[in-house]
Amino acid sequence: MSPIPAPPVVLGPLLPSLIVVGTAIVVLLLDLLPPRASKAHLGTVALAGLVGALLATLRTWGSGGRAFHDMIVLDDYALFFHIVICYAAALIVLLSMDYLRRAGAESGEGYGLILFSTAGMMVLASANDLIVVFLAIELMSLSLYVLAGLFKRRREAGEASMKYFLLGVFASAFLLYGIALVYGATGTTNFDRIVVAVGAGPRDRLFLIGLGMLMVGFGFKISSVPFHMWAPDVYQGAPTSVTALIATGSKAAVFAALIRLLVAGLRTIQPDSTALLWALAALTMTVGNVVAIAQSNLKRMLAYSSIAHVGYMLVGLVAGGAPGAGAVLFYLLAYTFTTVGTFGVIALCERAGQEAVEVRDYAGLGRRHPLLALTLGLFLLSLIGIPPLAGFVGKFYLFGSAVRAGYVWLAVIAVLNSAVAAYYYLRVIVYMYMQEPEAASASLAPSFAGGLALAIALIGIVLLGVMPAPFADLAQAAVAPLIR
Amino acid sequence: MALAAFLLIAAVALVSALGLILKRNAVHGALFLVVNLGSIAALYLMLGAEFLAAAQVIIYAGAIMVLFVFAIMVLIPGKEETGPDPRRSYRLLAAPLGALLLFELAVALAARRGAPGAATAPAGSVEAIGRLLFTDFLFPFELTSVLLLAAMVGVLLLARRRA
Amino acid sequence: MTEYGTMLMVFAFAAVVAGALLGLPRLLAPRRLTPVKAEPFECGKDPLGIAEGRFAIKFATVAIFFIIIDIELLFVWPWAMLYRRLGWFGFIEMMVFMAILMVGFLYIWRKGGLEWE
Repeated sequence: MSPIPAPPVVLGPLLPSLIVVGTAIVVLLLDLLPPRASKAHLGTVALAGLVGALLATLRTWGSGGRAFHDMIVLDDYALFFHIVICYAAALIVLLSMDYLRRAGAESGEGYGLILFSTAGMMVLASANDLIVVFLAIELMSLSLYVLAGLFKRRREAGEASMKYFLLGVFASAFLLYGIALVYGATGTTNFDRIVVAVGAGPRDRLFLIGLGMLMVGFGFKISSVPFHMWAPDVYQGAPTSVTALIATGSKAAVFAALIRLLVAGLRTIQPDSTALLWALAALTMTVGNVVAIAQSNLKRMLAYSSIAHVGYMLVGLVAGGAPGAGAVLFYLLAYTFTTVGTFGVIALCERAGQEAVEVRDYAGLGRRHPLLALTLGLFLLSLIGIPPLAGFVGKFYLFGSAVRAGYVWLAVIAVLNSAVAAYYYLRVIVYMYMQEPEAASASLAPSFAGGLALAIALIGIVLLGVMPAPFADLAQAAVAPLIR
Repeated sequence: MALAAFLLIAAVALVSALGLILKRNAVHGALFLVVNLGSIAALYLMLGAEFLAAAQVIIYAGAIMVLFVFAIMVLIPGKEETGPDPRRSYRLLAAPLGALLLFELAVALAARRGAPGAATAPAGSVEAIGRLLFTDFLFPFELTSVLLLAAMVGVLLLARRRA
Repeated sequence: MTEYGTMLMVFAFAAVVAGALLGLPRLLAPRRLTPVKAEPFECGKDPLGIAEGRFAIKFATVAIFFIIIDIELLFVWPWAMLYRRLGWFGFIEMMVFMAILMVGFLYIWRKGGLEWE
């Protein structure tokens, strides 16, 4: 009966995630206390927690660490993703405050779940072990499944939640099976030790099948094409602010794990995975863009557009190495600001008491609400990639890294895709400025918090577009130690 | 002796799995599933994975089957909508794809015979699992509690009748 | 492996007893079916409805909460077996785990998730 020695517990590298989890618990406990009628103060608490986590992240920059037997690694790479995720979550809480109240769905659970999923994303970004990856993805996804069905009275909400849940757990099963096979082949779930085991031994088919299953699981979570079917229905049915979280934070976090495992860790098997990623990237952006053209619902259109953007980011993974990974990081930053902003405008627009989600609802918006129309226009131009906005610089880095790595054809496909994409984004702008407004087209639901969120996102995309160098350097500095 | 026990348990598992699929009455199917889960637990025991066997019985055969049966009873069993499956043709895809996966796994396993680097399985006794869980895997353990908390809140949010 | 032999014997004994209870009457007892005997047995009262009636969805909610608490208890078991060897550290670990879950329990309780109506 010898005593078991206590493992070393270092909580420092977990501080930002711990703040978010702690805030979630505080929000839940405050929800039990009066006042019962209004839940607005809970949004403020959630926001404060996210800002606190952001500050903690910024303070830790350059001085991260490892904890829990290397299961958690808080390096600058993880911190970069923490910043992206916290920013996205904070803007989404700001957007949700008035939006959810208008829909009559403001609740403590809602804010709590937003924080839980944010915590899951943050842990995922610093995860260095497949078991932690799985648990973090589940924490993130489970909260998002529920949040997708937040508007219980709408029929699409149930459909969105159910579809997301069923397909999501299916993908999780793939992920788990993949983890089991990788563990069977290497004897460990730790990233570092997997890399050592693979580097030493002969190429193992069991390991490759396991890795393939991991890719299916990840591919679902970032909605890359053959695993994208859920995205349009979920994006359409979920509350718009939650859609923004699904489109930005969850994708960023999964990309973090994907890059850490595939680009940084398993460089030795790159020849095997590159051909697959090449096909995945080309397919994802083409299908996303082509199908987006046919959409009349703005949220569905943006769902396909976000699929296409995942395709662009996969180009960076194909290019590989520090330049490719750094370009993906920068693109994620630009994409997050732009996408949160675009969905934010939709959350602010309403038509006859309902959300304005059809493209034709936006006819004549330029005349009636010039400032809002200008904001949406700028976000859409950034999604197209028009200089001097964030999207352009991001695409420039991404496609440039592909060309430098020798994947010229993939870059050509990507540029052609961007041209196709311009069509459906510009169509919205044409509606806003060149069409006569219908009798009951979209009008603005005033919201100070929402306006603040849009302003921050707008400043973000202009700043990233006008002076991208410091941010690009930051992204490169974040991946550099990872990929020596 | 061990082989005979294995064959017996495997036969029970197979028959109950077939019963689950072939029974029209969903409640009967669910009961077959209980038998199936129990026999899988027995297989875990034979492999020395005591904790896993207990988890299988407590969580799957116990808690999750209760939920299954409740869910079946909410939809009146035997009176649900029946008719031709609109996606019947998809089933044709399932067999070759499943066979392909089986083939791949078989090839991968065959190629591994005698290959180095195989995982040494840790002992599956409750003490061994507990020791790992509370030392090396402390962080996943605590993360699980947060996951369960999020699940509770989510259930409450979706189950309450009015938002 | 052998320590489960006794368990197997219990199962075998249970199977024999259950089989005998179902099988022997079939062989030995006379079968005279009357309408009263054909009715489902509900403690001697007249049956209220069909046995395959619809259950309230609320049972399912309780069942889900049960699963979550069940998973929690599964983790307590190895902890209890190692309690003395883990010492204070193990105690703190489990208390943190339980505290987080008790927040959930408190939340469900105060929010009326356990109330029937």
